[in-house]
Amino acid sequence: MRTAHIEVSGLTMAYGEYVVMRSLNFAVRRGEIFIIMGGSGSGKSTLLRHLIGLQAPAAGTVYFDGHDFWRASDAERGRLLRRMGILYQSGALWSSMTLAENIALPLSAHTQLTPKEIAELTSLKLALVGLAGFENYYPSEISGGMQKRAALARAMALDPEILLFDEPSAGLDPVSARRLDELILHLRDSLGSTVVIITHDLASILSIGTDSIFLDTETKSIIARGPPRELLKTSDQPRVQDFLTRGQVLASTSSSRSSARRRL
Amino acid sequence: MPPISPVLEVVPVNATCLELRLAGAWTVAAPLPAPDRVLQALRENSAIRSLHFDCHALASWDSLLLTFVVKVLDACEERGILADQSGLPKGLQGMLALAHAVPERQDAFRPLEPAGFAAMIGRHILNGIEDGRRLVEFVGEATLAFGRLLLGRARFRGADLLRLLQECGPNALPIISLISVLVGMILAFIGAVQLRVFGAQIFIADLVGLGMAREMGATMAAILMAGRTGAAFAAELGSMQVNDEIDAMKTSGFPPMEFLVLPRILALFMMTPFLCLYADILGIFGGALAAAGMFDVSFAEYYIQIENRLRLVDFEVGIGKSAVFGILVAIAGCMRGLQCGRSSTAVGFATTSAVVTGIVFIVVSDAVMTLIVTTLNLYQK
Repeated sequence: MRTAHIEVSGLTMAYGEYVVMRSLNFAVRRGEIFIIMGGSGSGKSTLLRHLIGLQAPAAGTVYFDGHDFWRASDAERGRLLRRMGILYQSGALWSSMTLAENIALPLSAHTQLTPKEIAELTSLKLALVGLAGFENYYPSEISGGMQKRAALARAMALDPEILLFDEPSAGLDPVSARRLDELILHLRDSLGSTVVIITHDLASILSIGTDSIFLDTETKSIIARGPPRELLKTSDQPRVQDFLTRGQVLASTSSSRSSARRRL
Repeated sequence: MPPISPVLEVVPVNATCLELRLAGAWTVAAPLPAPDRVLQALRENSAIRSLHFDCHALASWDSLLLTFVVKVLDACEERGILADQSGLPKGLQGMLALAHAVPERQDAFRPLEPAGFAAMIGRHILNGIEDGRRLVEFVGEATLAFGRLLLGRARFRGADLLRLLQECGPNALPIISLISVLVGMILAFIGAVQLRVFGAQIFIADLVGLGMAREMGATMAAILMAGRTGAAFAAELGSMQVNDEIDAMKTSGFPPMEFLVLPRILALFMMTPFLCLYADILGIFGGALAAAGMFDVSFAEYYIQIENRLRLVDFEVGIGKSAVFGILVAIAGCMRGLQCGRSSTAVGFATTSAVVTGIVFIVVSDAVMTLIVTTLNLYQK
């Protein structure tokens, strides 16, 4: 019996011949704020696409509550997806609909609520992310940060058990990023959701992350796992230390002048 | 002050040491000395073990100097010659260090696709096969979605369908009016030039009437819809693809095939026949304008001739064809939109491709349908 909320087992991700990550294994426990770290281009977003069914794994699979996501039927996969809320990197609000319609759409399709209840819930969700009164705006009429928050409101429309965030703080100012972190903590505490965050934002990694993995491009595998604050103290992996300290550890060590020059 | 042209001197200091003296402005403003001379000097004199730079007379420099220095340093490294960088300007040393700070990713480099005529033909053929496969896949999925619609299980918003109906129908009327009247007049002119020789101008009505009802009304309406609506579909779905909106739909339980494609196919399927009928009538009216204005056929004569000659089946065939065209234009637009890559160039390509594909579909299917109608002898019954 698998007890973890999300379990990734032997997952190999590839674009055609090009392997991004090989045989990933990790588990996310219920209620965890789980951070997926890694340098740019290490396949973090690709991993997310594998978790939510947008890209099929080259090998291995993902279990949600013990259900094998990639061997499930389409209908079952749909039911599993309905228990997840996803915040895309670009927000990905449906641009032909108002904010209220964006949030109401999943509610009206997947619940038996009356239109009045849906309207109330929609306003509530928008208020939660600080966008009360913006119901009838179109995504293109509000700022990038507001789009992100509106997308978060949509992600939590169905009170999902699992929230997946792709770079939630990218493009936000430090104060808004911090408010977003607090919001994530609140959501976790009040809904009991499991939160998976892909991010580069050191401040939020260290302040809200309760568990993490570090994807490494060179070995195409996970080179560190554990609570980020502990990793900062105890990890003996130079690349992890480098990442968590913004490269201050390695700054003094010179690197080889090898093939890079040849490309110039 | 005009830039001083760059000067390179290769000076052997002694038997094992070479000095490069750089002077003047080493910038994009003037052509640089090629590093060949240095490389040649290194090749010819195998005794050289070290190399240094003298840049005292160097007036100014930019990245071009950097590429020059990199080439020289590479050559030195290959031959195991010690290159002393301390003579280089400070800023340049910094940039060299920066260029080497991040080692090249081992498997990131990818070779260009093979060039050449044969490779190009091969690539086009493979692309064509892939294209055909995806078309079959798309039509199959759309058919399944349509099946779910008939079972009442397909999900899309009624408001979307209404908006699309408005967009594909009434909003297209102005351009359809203009083109249809003109096409009717053109048909009249083409026929009249010949018919007038026999004094048979009255048959302009037959020509325009049959031409519009059986063929031109449907084709012109469909081609306009391909350029107008098919392109709009592709651009809209394409930019949704770029912005991850399609992904968000998939993961929120709204299959794009039902939610986006189905209402668009339905809207064009329902509206194109009306547009076709409208185009028929305006085309015949355009013919009447030309006939009455230039060729002494009165409106009354024209009308009576039309009434006698045209039968319902002529209109039915055209309208039937237009329904098929509507579906095909929508398929072309939606397919290209959903196949769109994730860049702005890809959206432009998807739009162009939607129009081209739409028109090809129209013409090919028209040929097939005309053949069927003729073989079945529908007009003679």
